[in-house]
Amino acid sequence: MSELRVRYFAWLRERVGESSETVETGAETVRGLVDELSAREERYALAFADLSAVRVAVDEELADLSAPLAGVREVAFFPPMTGG
Amino acid sequence: MAVRVQREDFDCGAEIAALTAGRTEIGAVVTFSGLVRDSGGLASLELEHYPGMTEKALAAIEAEAVSRWELQASLVIHRYGRLAPGDRIMMVATASRHRQAAFEAAEFLMDYLKSRAPFWKKESGPDGGRWVDATESDEAALARWK
Repeated sequence: MSELRVRYFAWLRERVGESSETVETGAETVRGLVDELSAREERYALAFADLSAVRVAVDEELADLSAPLAGVREVAFFPPMTGG
Repeated sequence: MAVRVQREDFDCGAEIAALTAGRTEIGAVVTFSGLVRDSGGLASLELEHYPGMTEKALAAIEAEAVSRWELQASLVIHRYGRLAPGDRIMMVATASRHRQAAFEAAEFLMDYLKSRAPFWKKESGPDGGRWVDATESDEAALARWK
């Protein structure tokens, strides 16, 4: 098990109901973390219901669901970005 | 070369003056500013971002522009927080010897920061709040720079 900081932005933050939390996880990839959280509580399952609308950053770099979690400190979930 | 992420407003004219002061080799400055557009009934726009990653992502996009074009100077300012219709959201400025590099680099910066910088917009109006969706054309705009 390892300890991760997990952050949520925009409508993912609203659905999960937290902007940031510390998570104990045995997941090896981001996808594994998503599955673990979704199994844990309904609000996560709802937030992650359509993964095509979810983007991921690992330690503040864009990544994808297959990204490994070994040595990672922070994972963030958010919708496609709308800057500018 | 500079990136600023801030809550406060900024002055485009003063920024351009500071960027080019004493830099007589600069022959061209291109700027773009984005404003809060009211398409009907918009009360406010909330800009959320990912502190830490935002600065890194913008700096990486700017570094990519500098590697592709011969720029004498560049600047990206992006605001966050609650904005009203007509408010400035962001600006990019690029300066080069001749205009083509400045024009192209400014377009490149805009195309990338639209869909690769971690900002999200929520519009509030009479019917409540609504997150602004990314558009297919934003993503398609990146293809021409591959």
